[in-house]
Amino acid sequence: MQTINFLKPNRDNIKNYSIFGSVLILISLIDVISNAFLKTNLTSFLPGSLTTLFPLILGLIGLNMMRIDYSGNKTLDLLNKNINTNNFNALLTLLILFSIIKALPPSLSWMIFDANISGDSKDACTGTGACWTYIKVWFRRFMYGMYPNEFHWRINTAFILVIALGFVGYFMKENLKKYLALYYVIIYPVIAYLVIYYLISGGSFGLQWVETGAWGGLSLTFIVSFFCLIFCFPLGMIFALGRRSNLPVIKYISICYIEFWRGVPLITVLFMSSVMFPMFLPEDFFMDKLVRVIIAITLFEAAYCAEVIRGGLQSLPRGQYDAAKSLGMGYWKMHIFVILPQALKLVIPGIANTFLALVKDTPLIFVVGLAELAGMLALAKTNPKWLGFAMEGYIFASIIFWIICYAMSKYSYNLEAKYKTER
Amino acid sequence: MNNIIKKFLPQILAILFVVLIFGFLTINAQTNMDNRGIDFGFGFLSQESSFDVQFSLIEYSGSDSYARAFLVGLLNTLLVSFISIIFCTILGVIIGVARLSSNYLIKNSAAWYVEFFRNIPLLLQIFFWYYAALRALPLPEKANAWFGVTYMTVKGYYIPSMVWENLNIFLYCVLAAIISIILLRNYSNNLRDIKGKQIPVLLYSISILIVLPLLSFLFGGVSLEFELPQLKKLSKISYIYEGGISLPPELIALVLALSLYTSTFVAECVRAGIEGVSKGQKEAAASVGLTPNQVLKLVIMPQALRIIIPPTTNQYLNLTKNSSLAAAIAYPDLVLVFAGTALMQTGKAIEIVSITMLTYLTISLTIAAIMNWYNKKIEIKEK
Repeated sequence: MQTINFLKPNRDNIKNYSIFGSVLILISLIDVISNAFLKTNLTSFLPGSLTTLFPLILGLIGLNMMRIDYSGNKTLDLLNKNINTNNFNALLTLLILFSIIKALPPSLSWMIFDANISGDSKDACTGTGACWTYIKVWFRRFMYGMYPNEFHWRINTAFILVIALGFVGYFMKENLKKYLALYYVIIYPVIAYLVIYYLISGGSFGLQWVETGAWGGLSLTFIVSFFCLIFCFPLGMIFALGRRSNLPVIKYISICYIEFWRGVPLITVLFMSSVMFPMFLPEDFFMDKLVRVIIAITLFEAAYCAEVIRGGLQSLPRGQYDAAKSLGMGYWKMHIFVILPQALKLVIPGIANTFLALVKDTPLIFVVGLAELAGMLALAKTNPKWLGFAMEGYIFASIIFWIICYAMSKYSYNLEAKYKTER
Repeated sequence: MNNIIKKFLPQILAILFVVLIFGFLTINAQTNMDNRGIDFGFGFLSQESSFDVQFSLIEYSGSDSYARAFLVGLLNTLLVSFISIIFCTILGVIIGVARLSSNYLIKNSAAWYVEFFRNIPLLLQIFFWYYAALRALPLPEKANAWFGVTYMTVKGYYIPSMVWENLNIFLYCVLAAIISIILLRNYSNNLRDIKGKQIPVLLYSISILIVLPLLSFLFGGVSLEFELPQLKKLSKISYIYEGGISLPPELIALVLALSLYTSTFVAECVRAGIEGVSKGQKEAAASVGLTPNQVLKLVIMPQALRIIIPPTTNQYLNLTKNSSLAAAIAYPDLVLVFAGTALMQTGKAIEIVSITMLTYLTISLTIAAIMNWYNKKIEIKEK
């Protein structure tokens, strides 16, 4: 007669155990699902806290029964290996599953099923779910700030032009490729600046002047991070080379610069740009607030950039320097033709990470009164017609930033993987 | 000759350049301040500040000096950084270990946690907690008790405060317990080295740590009472809790956002550290007969910590710097109190901003110096 050992399932009684175990798990899942979705408690006949623990206990017993080593069944083995190696793991698995199931209905109904998106005033929202009408009405403000509605095409055109110019490098002719670095470091920033100045600021060519105070929203985030990136890169390169220089004065100046900016929080740098910087400018010399902020963030990020580039320079083998020197190359020739092309390729992922941090830091310009996305949200939140929708606003902004940052981090991760294999 | 020029010319030019920039800025600042009738100096620090700070660790009122306001701000910054560092370490270690779990669900939940909280700007997270999540909490009169004695309300988190009698005796006992534990450890290490005998140090240490302070309660005249927060009616519709300690919502939002955000980075450091210890180490340790616990304690952790600690300290530093975002939700930290309110009142932009920056710089450089010293110390000494 076959004895059933309840504590130690093995291959002999695999069929009984796996079927019985999966039935138990199924019951526990059904209990939790009905609890969460249908709001009916199947186990209400049980006393007190046992009701809530019931599915957990049942599931644990079920998983314990299914835990059979080398069962020969591929699905079962896969399951056991991945979510059911021991009782503790099984408990965690169940807890995660149950909490996902429990959290799903309220969040789904808040975000989708009970949410409102029609209409164009606060009255359209019933208040049971999210009020996406708020986002819909304010969408243009969140994207373009207080920029006049009829001129939004200017921002769009400028962005498309700048992005298109950025891709020129890919389609350049072979014989022009050697000027690529020159293009990206010097020509591109100038062209991009001119495009943004003449299109978004306006003032000439029959375009109406829009002052920078009206710029805002997500487009401002892009403008600030774009300019900071293209300016901080060359600056960072100079300080990275300076820090590795043999000349003590230059070395220590670079070290002081880098350590100073890396040691202070960005918010104080922004305060500096807004309250302290004007004091240091000549009289009658007016500098726009946005320009001051961009200069401040550039100086700040350049220090981080410099450290990343220094990492790249350090990782090059000494032989490269020696070889270049033995060919009779001077300092600049050696760096421009031998060292930097290799080092910069190595630091692309690091630079991408710095850029990511930069994009995440741009909402801070809100503290000096420039209303990019976070600032526009704060503005919209206090609008008397739209009180009480802070949650929707911040969720919307979080989703947008999350998509941008996640895409960038994945991209930089891919770059890292790509350059790792090439070496 | 050529060489000398090559060596000195760039340096002289660099010095000239720096001097020129600084000179230019100083002259401008001088003329600007003369025109506006502002004089440079730090005398304002001893003047009466005449503004109030709503949350402060030390006694402070409007009649105190600006220097004291600076101290209040600095202490608030350090407080929020300290609490957040503790929480982000705990969370980060859990998430980092979870990312290495063999359990598919745990591994992926941890990975998504990291991706989620890392890719949302910290300022947005702070705003979310402060303006959206914490605003949804109940009013004081409707709050439910958490753990029976603490109340989470829209006006803050109220916890019981401790009223000690003869606190110093208690502290001496704790100190004595710690010293005796250190002595015990040394003794047991000696015993192990000489006679090869093991004594259960952990068990003894824990019992010493419990028993000695307990004795102070029984014989030392130490007593501890809890002052519970009590609901009090201020007017017809407004209630407030009195007694106990109240943690303002700004502090809670800040701690939540900072620790969730930084814990993702700590988790990555922890993961990298544990992954960085080669598998051979574990196998070798097991093959010489160490138990799994001993392998973890004596072989894996010392090596992993060497990789984990430097980048983690860097993250703590970032956290401390990021705590300056407190100014955005009006938590009275250094930036808000000093670079905000004090600057508005005195108009001493240059002095105040430089003091604020130098304070952060000092904190950063001190920790960096300690880290360098530590790294030198734990460096693997290769022959």
